[in-house]
Amino acid sequence: MWDFLHKYSSPKHFYSLAGKLIPWFGWSCLILMLAGLYYGLFVAPPDYQQGESYRIMFVHVPAAWMSMFIYMVMAVAGGIGLVWRIKLAEVIAASSAPIGASFTFLALVTGALWGKPMWGAWWVWDARLTSELILLFLYLGVIALNSAIEDKRTASRASAVLALVGVVNIPIIHYSVIWWNTLHQGSTITKLAAPSIHISMLIPLLLMAVAFKLYYATVVLIRARNEVLDRERHTMWVQELVKN
Amino acid sequence: MFAFYTLLKRDLTLAYRHRSELANPLLFFLIVISLFPLGISSESKALQGIAPGVIWVAALLAAMLSLDSLFRSDFEDGSLEQMALSGHSLPVLVLAKVLAHWLITGLPLIIVAPFLGILLFLPEQAMSTLIVTLALGTPVLSLVGAIGVALTVGLRRGGVLLSLLVLPLYIPVLIFAAGAVNEAARGFPVAGQLYFLAALLTLSLTLSPFATAAALRISIS
Repeated sequence: MWDFLHKYSSPKHFYSLAGKLIPWFGWSCLILMLAGLYYGLFVAPPDYQQGESYRIMFVHVPAAWMSMFIYMVMAVAGGIGLVWRIKLAEVIAASSAPIGASFTFLALVTGALWGKPMWGAWWVWDARLTSELILLFLYLGVIALNSAIEDKRTASRASAVLALVGVVNIPIIHYSVIWWNTLHQGSTITKLAAPSIHISMLIPLLLMAVAFKLYYATVVLIRARNEVLDRERHTMWVQELVKN
Repeated sequence: MFAFYTLLKRDLTLAYRHRSELANPLLFFLIVISLFPLGISSESKALQGIAPGVIWVAALLAAMLSLDSLFRSDFEDGSLEQMALSGHSLPVLVLAKVLAHWLITGLPLIIVAPFLGILLFLPEQAMSTLIVTLALGTPVLSLVGAIGVALTVGLRRGGVLLSLLVLPLYIPVLIFAAGAVNEAARGFPVAGQLYFLAALLTLSLTLSPFATAAALRISIS
């Protein structure tokens, strides 16, 4: 087990393994996303209250899930890098931050587009919107700190500390904002017993959620490969790779 | 424990020798607050409504701007490195420095806040709540801010970055503190918000020195 981990967490093996995995993730992401979009946009019935405009949910909800999921990945990877000094974990954390920030931004923009016809305003100071906005600020802080420190490994460790502090703070921020104000519609999926979403809408939503996860896996591997090359540019294997 | 008192005494003495710098965050606090009546309206009704938020936002900014002095000079002359190498527990030393910093910058804010409340026509029944929220909240600002300073102390231009890192983390304090003062101004009970602030203080008091120490070790490595 440990041998396996050591082998594949070495930058060189990661580089070739990731190169093999990327097409698999990429193609399955594309297929699932097309299927999800087809079911979501054409097959699923219009909502009895919100009409057609609810369909943006199929992008909005997975993007919002991803925004939180990637923050957790980033913090856990950063923590692993901080404790065990595994280079690969630092690379994954550093490559995840911009993707997570993009998903957060996407969730905010699609939310605004949906909010205009539904609530009559692009933006309201509702609890979930506000905590998503603050999550975006936290991401931007991590990215800014990461790029401000020149030494890459120091930068990774510093942003890992910041990401972990953020993880402790996210629930506090989330609940304090909820206490402050709430208008957003309640969660409709997590109630396991009887979800208040119809199965014809749930299937495309879950398809899209898996597709977004695969998209993240694809992009993070591509970014991590580049990051590995950049960080290891003085080593033999990278120079041989570049020469060939 | 002895190291804690020694460092506390040293930082307070250093601050006392640079008395003129002590007034700066306080003046900033004062000026920001006097800008609001000029920018919004001099009517007591309008100011009364925004007073708790304005005072707290100004306190947040004043606390953040004064943070830079927390580790800067010690980092530049190398004494921070010596502290990290000294064999004393770094989180305890950090706690001493943060306490000294709060006594220098946070405590004066609490003392002048009632006068600023009068300037903004804050109702008298909210005055005691304002003081209590500041007493519970400003230590949290110093403790959480210390993590941000520790991360950016090695950078030449850390100022703007620091605000980007620290201000989102200040939001819960702002929500509960300004909320409590608002409620008190309307004559509602505020015990709930005060308990939340006390919980935040306890949490940051127990966790932040460790995070700050870890961040300092990264910055001086």
